[in-house]
Amino acid sequence: MDQKTLAKQMEIIHDAKRPNIDDLVQEIFTDFIELHGDRLYGDDHAMCCGIARLNKTPVTVIGQRKGHTTQDNIDANFGMAHPEGYRKALRLAKQAEKFHRPVICFVDTAGAFCGVGAEERGQGEAIARNLYEFMQLRTPVISVITGEGGSGGALGIAVANEVFMMQNAIYSVISPRGCASILWKDASRELEAAQALQITAEDLLRFGMIEGIIKEGKTQLLYYRNIKAALTASLKRLEGLSEEELLKQRYEKFRKVGVFMDNTPE
Amino acid sequence: MLVDLFQKTRESSKRINPQKQKSDGLICKKCGVELSPTKYGKNLYVCPNCGAHARLLARTRIRQIADKDSFSERFGSLQTLDPLGFDGYAEKIAVLREKTGMNDAVLTGTCRIDGIETCIGVMDSHFMMASMGSVVGEKLARLFEYGAEHQLPVILFTCSGGARMQEGMFSLLQMAKVSGAVAKYSEAGGLYITVLTDPTTGGVTASFAMLGDIILAEPGATVGFAGRRVIEGTIGEKLPDSFQSAEFVLEHGFCDAIVPRTQLRHTLSELLSLHGYMAKRGE
Repeated sequence: MDQKTLAKQMEIIHDAKRPNIDDLVQEIFTDFIELHGDRLYGDDHAMCCGIARLNKTPVTVIGQRKGHTTQDNIDANFGMAHPEGYRKALRLAKQAEKFHRPVICFVDTAGAFCGVGAEERGQGEAIARNLYEFMQLRTPVISVITGEGGSGGALGIAVANEVFMMQNAIYSVISPRGCASILWKDASRELEAAQALQITAEDLLRFGMIEGIIKEGKTQLLYYRNIKAALTASLKRLEGLSEEELLKQRYEKFRKVGVFMDNTPE
Repeated sequence: MLVDLFQKTRESSKRINPQKQKSDGLICKKCGVELSPTKYGKNLYVCPNCGAHARLLARTRIRQIADKDSFSERFGSLQTLDPLGFDGYAEKIAVLREKTGMNDAVLTGTCRIDGIETCIGVMDSHFMMASMGSVVGEKLARLFEYGAEHQLPVILFTCSGGARMQEGMFSLLQMAKVSGAVAKYSEAGGLYITVLTDPTTGGVTASFAMLGDIILAEPGATVGFAGRRVIEGTIGEKLPDSFQSAEFVLEHGFCDAIVPRTQLRHTLSELLSLHGYMAKRGE
């Protein structure tokens, strides 16, 4: 993808008016009830979790929260969750498993928060635990990368049976800016790094890491409608699988990722 | 013994630097004392003066931990294929393979510790700061699968700068892949012990390093998720040396015990035996 298109995409996903998790739960689902707290430390506003209906089916919704205003963003820590955010997500994913509700995650984060408190409370452990537990959830899990899919902080709610990306979303192991500053000691070469890292929805589809790209449409109405259609279809596919099949499919989806040469004699 | 295991080690939490090879002799990078190569080696590369634990080559670690000649390497021929065609990556790998004699940043296989057979994986910071790409992820996933199949414990010595950005998303998803393999292994009832060594950070901390049934750490090792400089940049102040040390991690409840290197082999052997893994007779 050329740098100009990438720059445009970055602008779109960072637009303060882009639909956030609060809009998604209102427009795609009905009867949303937000549930708070990890029962261990606190309630992380950067992670929004709750129960709602998709069409008529009860589902658990989890997603990072970015605000439309500076004030909202400060309250939600710009969508960068602390360990308690990941632990809240896990608590509610386990609750969903208990009540046989599918889990639907919306990823939009620059990454898990990097700070003193986050380290003290085990940011690494919180994400690791989510990867481990989400892999074993005996209920369908779907993740949609709606904007920024920032590294481990994104993956913490993206171990799913089916993963989708919005047409303009990116999903990367490191922020292009971070990559440029480590590699070339020059953060301004961000777009060059973004190109090299291959982080667009088309790239990930080509790598076989996502199940589909959701078109964004010209209006917000279409944006929501397309997500809803993708979720409905995905859920229909996954509801046809037994618990064992769900686990197997999810495990194998991730197990097969990797490009290497293998000269091991068998 | 096990009581020692759960005692807090109150060694200096200063950042540990690797031993420094100077043309005029060997000095401890932490305290600057001159070291005799033979004595230093015999002391397992722990400085006799200040107790600094130097970073080890994976082969050296195996030599310190495994029974003599018991290590048998597995999955050693796996090599990265530079999935993104990332500028300079293939050349870098070629140079490191030549320099370290390893194909990638982790050595995996089986060995015996006091006669008890175990799977072992040792990450090596000399190979691209032990960053995790496709090969590291694949070798570890296979190690857990092998462990489950043969009902062997798995011991991993972790160290890593994090994900290998030159492999982009292939690298990030290794975190999920290995964590999934740990989950499967654990379901089969196997014992997984991690030993956090200097430095264990980023995507490795945020996946299999934090998933051990028992998590041990070497004194003074840096263990954390985010880079210290990133956090310092965010908060605009310097952090104390003790921040993200093994002692800090122990204090906050994220590892079981800090074990000095000189006691590590014995501790591992005890833990294996306490979980019912036995030495095979006649071997």
